[in-house]
Amino acid sequence: MTAVDILKAESLKVYYRTLHGSVKAIDGVTFEVRKGEVLGIAGESGCGKSTLVNFLVLPKDPMYHAGGKVFLKGKEITSLPKHDLRKIRYEEISIIPQYSMDSLSPTRRIRMIIRDLMREHGKDFDPDLVRERLSMVNLPQSVLNMYPVELSGGMRQRATMVISTLLNPDILIADEITSALDVSTQKFVIEMLLGFMDRKVVSSIVFITHDLSILYQIATRVMVLYAGKIVEIGPMEEVIEKPVHPYTKALIYSLPKMNVRFKERRLKGIPGQPPHLLNPPSGCRFHNRCPLATKRCEEEEPPLVEVGKDHYVYCWEVKV
Amino acid sequence: MIKLENLTKIYSLGILGRGGIVAVDRVSFEIGNGEIVSLVGESGSGKTTIGKLILRLMKPTHGKIYFMGEEVSRYKPLDYYKGVQGVFQDPFSSFNPVYKVDRVFENVNRYLLDLPKSEFWGKVEESLKSVGLNPKDVFGKYPHQMSGGQLQRVLIARALVIGAKFLVADEIISMLDASTRVDVLNILGELRDNMGLGILFITHDLSLGYYISDSTVIMYRGSVVEMGDTEKVFKNPIHPYTKMLLESVPTLDKRWKPSEEIFRVESGERFFTKGCKYYSRCPFRRKECLSFDGKLRKVEKNHWVACILTGGD
Repeated sequence: MTAVDILKAESLKVYYRTLHGSVKAIDGVTFEVRKGEVLGIAGESGCGKSTLVNFLVLPKDPMYHAGGKVFLKGKEITSLPKHDLRKIRYEEISIIPQYSMDSLSPTRRIRMIIRDLMREHGKDFDPDLVRERLSMVNLPQSVLNMYPVELSGGMRQRATMVISTLLNPDILIADEITSALDVSTQKFVIEMLLGFMDRKVVSSIVFITHDLSILYQIATRVMVLYAGKIVEIGPMEEVIEKPVHPYTKALIYSLPKMNVRFKERRLKGIPGQPPHLLNPPSGCRFHNRCPLATKRCEEEEPPLVEVGKDHYVYCWEVKV
Repeated sequence: MIKLENLTKIYSLGILGRGGIVAVDRVSFEIGNGEIVSLVGESGSGKTTIGKLILRLMKPTHGKIYFMGEEVSRYKPLDYYKGVQGVFQDPFSSFNPVYKVDRVFENVNRYLLDLPKSEFWGKVEESLKSVGLNPKDVFGKYPHQMSGGQLQRVLIARALVIGAKFLVADEIISMLDASTRVDVLNILGELRDNMGLGILFITHDLSLGYYISDSTVIMYRGSVVEMGDTEKVFKNPIHPYTKMLLESVPTLDKRWKPSEEIFRVESGERFFTKGCKYYSRCPFRRKECLSFDGKLRKVEKNHWVACILTGGD
C-alpha cells in the first residue's frame, strides 16, 4: 500500500446467502483506488459491480463478507462494528446510488434530509455551504423547502449528488447514475460530477457503468469485471486501444461506435451468456465463451499477468 | 408501407381535460418495404407515442396513419395485427412469468391464425431459427430461465409466425447486456434484407440507430426537427439540436467537447408555445426563431430540417 491509495481491497469476497447456497457475487478481487483518479468499473449486469460498491458503503443482509480485507485510508473496515461504519459513511466514503432519484425519503423536505445528515455527523446545518453546493449542480435554493415528489427525476438525482458529497468524502462512488438518462443529460450530469473533483470536494471517484464509451470520456483507469472477478485492469486509454483479455476485446468489438454500419460490416456479440454465480464455472469464468480457451482454462484459476505499465489481466493465454 | 400524415396526439390534463400536452405535433414521414427507420429523441419527445399510435393502442387526435395504402382505422383489429406487430423495452414484463414461453405461440394460433397443429409448430420452429434461436432452448422453458436477449428474440419470432410485415421495435435493445445487444440488432437487419420487413426502430441511443437504420427521424418535444438518410443526418447534421445530440454521444474514439448549450429546461419553466421549440436551449437563437412555423425544409436530396437558420426551401 502506497500513500496515494485511498482504498485498497485484498482478495475481497462478498457472497449472498440464499436458500440454495451462497451466490458468489464478488469472488476474490484485489484493486486500489488512488488519490485524484476516476476509477471506472465496467461489466455486464450480474457481474458484481453494484455488489462490490454497496458492500464498501453499506453491507447488509443477505450480502455477507466471505473473505479478504478492505483498507480505507489505511484502516481495515470489514471488521469494524456497524456503529463505526456510520461515522465513515459520507465523511470518508459516499455513494450516489443507482436509482438515486428514488432514494430520498418521501416524507421529509430536502432541508430536513440535509439537517438530519449533518446532525448524525455532529455538525450544524450550514446554509452557505448548501447554497454553494446546490448552485454547483444547477439547482435553485427553493428545492430546500420541497418534498422529493415536487422535483423531477433529474433534479432529485442532483439533490442526491449534493447530499452525498456534503461532508467532503474522500471517495465518491457513482453507481450507474447515467444509465437512465438521455445522451444530452448524461453529459451534463458527468460534467457536474467532475466539477466536485475539480473543486476538491471529493478526491477520487469510482464510476460504475455498463457503458464503456461513457467511461472512456472520464475515467483515468478502468477495471473490467466478469462474473464476480476482475479480468482486466489498466489505464483507460490503453485498455480501449489495446485490450488484452479476450472478454474485454469481444466487449469492445461488439459496441456500435458510430463508424460502422450493418450494411458495411457486421459487429459480433459474444456467444452464450454470463454464468450463474451460485455454481460458477471452475478455472477461468469466461472459459465457456472464450475463443482461446484451452483445457487449462477450464481447470485452473488464471494468473495475474502484467501486460504493460500499470496494466494487468487475469488470463492463461496472454503472451507478454 | 406505413405512412404518417400530420399525426398529432394531445394528452388532456387536469379537470375535464382542459389542459393539454402536445405529445406528437404534426408529424409526417414514411417507412417503405424492407426499410429500417430509427426514431430518435430524448424522453418526452413523443417517440413512444408514435409507436403506440401505429400499433393502434391509442387514437390520434388529428392526422392519419396509412398501412399498405389503406387508413389504419379501417382495418379490423385482427387483420391489422396480422400485418403490424410490436416488441417493447422490457422483455421480462412482456411475458407472463407463471406460464411457459410456448404459450406465447399457442395464443397466436388460438386467436389469430388457427392453423393445424403440426403446420403451426413447424412454422414456429422455422421462425425461431431465423432469429438465431434453437427451438430446443425455447420450448418448455419459463421466462426466468431465459436471458433478456433470448426473450426479445422469441417476441420477434412471434411476430414472424403471425406473418407481420411491419414491426414497431420500441427500445428493444436498451435492457439487454452489452455483449448480446448487437446480436438482436443484426437479426433486425437480416429480417429486413431477407424478408423485406419494415421496422420502426425507436431508440434514444444514436449509435444503435446509425449502425442499423436506413433513415433517421430526430424528434424534439413532439416535432420532427431533422430527418433523412441516416448517412446524411449523421455526417452532415444541420439542426442545432441534432448537432448537440451527436456531440453528446459518448464514443470510444474521441473525448467530449465542453457543452455549448446555454439554458437547461427545468420543470416548471414555461415551454415556449410559439416558434421553435428548441429556442430556450439553442446557442444560435435569434428573434426570428420565435415566429418560426416549425415546417421541415429540404436541404438536399432525402434530407429535411426544421430550422430557420437553414435558409433551404
